[in-house]
Amino acid sequence: MTEPVIVVDRLTKDYPVGFWRPRPYRALDALSLEVAPGEVFGCLGPNGAGKSTTLKLLLGLVTPTSGTAHIFGRPVSSVASRERVGFLPENPVFYDYLTGEELLTYFGQLCGLRASEARRRGTALLDRVGLGAERRLAIRRYSKGMVQRLGVAQALVQDPDLVILDEPMSGLDPIGRRDVRALILSLRDEGKTVLFSSHILSDAETLCSRVAILAAGRLQALGSMTDLVQFSVRAWELLLDGVDATLEHRLRETGATMTTLSPGRVQVHLPGTQPPEPLLQWANGAGARVLALQPVRETLEDVFLKHVEGKRRDVPGTTGGA
Amino acid sequence: MGLLRAVALNTFREAVRDRVFYNLLLFAVLLVGTSLIIGQLAAGQDVKIIKDLGLAASLLFGVGIAVFLGIQLVAREVERRSVHATLAKPVSRPVFLLGKYVGLLLTLGVNITVMAVALFAVLAVYQSVTPAGVQATWTAPALDPRLLIALGLIYVELAVVTGVALLFSTYSSALLSATFTTAIWVAGHFVGDLRTVEQIGASGTTVWVARLVSWVLPNLALFDVKAEVVHGLPVPAGQVVAAVGYGAAYGAAMWLIAVAIFQRRDFK
Ligand SMILES: Nc1ncnc2c1ncn2[C@@H]1O[C@H](COP(=O)(O)OP(=O)(O)OP(=O)(O)O)[C@@H](O)[C@H]1O
Ligand SMILES: [Mg+2]
Repeated sequence: MTEPVIVVDRLTKDYPVGFWRPRPYRALDALSLEVAPGEVFGCLGPNGAGKSTTLKLLLGLVTPTSGTAHIFGRPVSSVASRERVGFLPENPVFYDYLTGEELLTYFGQLCGLRASEARRRGTALLDRVGLGAERRLAIRRYSKGMVQRLGVAQALVQDPDLVILDEPMSGLDPIGRRDVRALILSLRDEGKTVLFSSHILSDAETLCSRVAILAAGRLQALGSMTDLVQFSVRAWELLLDGVDATLEHRLRETGATMTTLSPGRVQVHLPGTQPPEPLLQWANGAGARVLALQPVRETLEDVFLKHVEGKRRDVPGTTGGA
Repeated sequence: MGLLRAVALNTFREAVRDRVFYNLLLFAVLLVGTSLIIGQLAAGQDVKIIKDLGLAASLLFGVGIAVFLGIQLVAREVERRSVHATLAKPVSRPVFLLGKYVGLLLTLGVNITVMAVALFAVLAVYQSVTPAGVQATWTAPALDPRLLIALGLIYVELAVVTGVALLFSTYSSALLSATFTTAIWVAGHFVGDLRTVEQIGASGTTVWVARLVSWVLPNLALFDVKAEVVHGLPVPAGQVVAAVGYGAAYGAAMWLIAVAIFQRRDFK
């Protein structure tokens, strides 16, 4: 049994809101989860779900109202828990009077590296995130996406074993996104543990070994992609051309729903587990052409929407407490 | 120790890359230079005017820089959220604050050194253009090394003011911090008067409140030996040592309170 890298136990965070009579507002409600070494773990959820709050709690930037969190067996309140952790904040801001290279050298030193070693790692990392040419440029002159790339680089400065990224794809162009995806996979191949938050479900679907879906401060679903997403075929979709009234009537009798795209061209949705072959034969017999036939499977997006839609935060401060 | 040095040097670097710092410094040096002209205008007068003006300018602009940079030390990082990435590194908040404090003290050290060089340069010029006969009437030589004591104590005063700015900066916005720090700096020069209110016939509660306030506020009059130095009066070593010790203790206390506040802060 290997020790989990992250252990979160009933972690709860209330923010006081209101100036005159601050009332607690529950941003995160009794979250429990574990992340094992080598996992790529995705933290998903709509805006305001509590993803950033969770990650900030793990880095000790925010103190929990109740509950505990440990990283590598150390409580997150201790400085030592951050020794082997790299963090990319959401919409990061860095010291804009420094150059990219100086920033990485400084952050490397904060992680206990000697200046020369930190500088060497910094240069290599800037190359790795595609900022090699801009390393002597003041961060003030960086574009948004360049700052984001720099943020990814600084998260890796001491070669950490756990990398926590808050919306790593935000602000990046398609090439940047592809680069970050490749980087996450290469970190995984190096045996590192990655925890990231995202709204982009397709990224989570291709990258993550497990995901947690948060909404309204609560954990709604947790598990591997195969646990959460039913990969079996749920329906078939056909696209037919040259459909006449008789064929249409016959198709409808099977329980299929139809959308007429243009005269004679029909999209057929055949629900359930019925095989599509008979329909193909009828279409053939009626002289209609089959333009497309494809299975409909559940995606992470369906799972996500199922868990997230209609989830509202309870009246502030009254949740969970009683 | 390495961490402290890294934070301090980065803070220093931030200050020296800030254009405002140079503007203030340039302005201060210009003012010291102007005192030469004023000294000339008040012909036949003593070299005291130049010394007075030079020391006053060093203090005033030093306080300006201490307040201006001090209030931003932490407040700006928190407001701009650059503190997130930094404090996510294995560096504790007390070390972070101390590093910022030390970094600003370094900056102020550079500032006061430049001011001292400017003052001595002006005095040297003044001395060279003044006839020996006039010089003989001066109560203290133009290039009096005891000016360094006055400048040193000004530096300690700046360190105390920076400590106050650091403290406010950990939980308040830059503008409020600037106002509070300046107010405390001004009030700090009247602490001695507060301690003697009963002599002017104040009543029980007033005396009590005045005493309390006088203990909380920094007693900045302790750092003021300008008059003695300018007039060539003796400055006892014991007084200087006591003032430095008091300044160090006050600065440390500010840091400790700042740590207590900062430890509890959530970074949004
Ligand atoms: N400093 C704060 N004060 C009060 N409420 C806050 C604070 N920070 C966050 N919240 C609230 O906590 C909830 C969770 O916020 P959080 O930033 O964790 O969401 P998120 O999942 O990261 O959202 P997004 O996808 O928009 O980044 C939100 O409803 C937000 O309004
Ligand atoms: Mg967020």
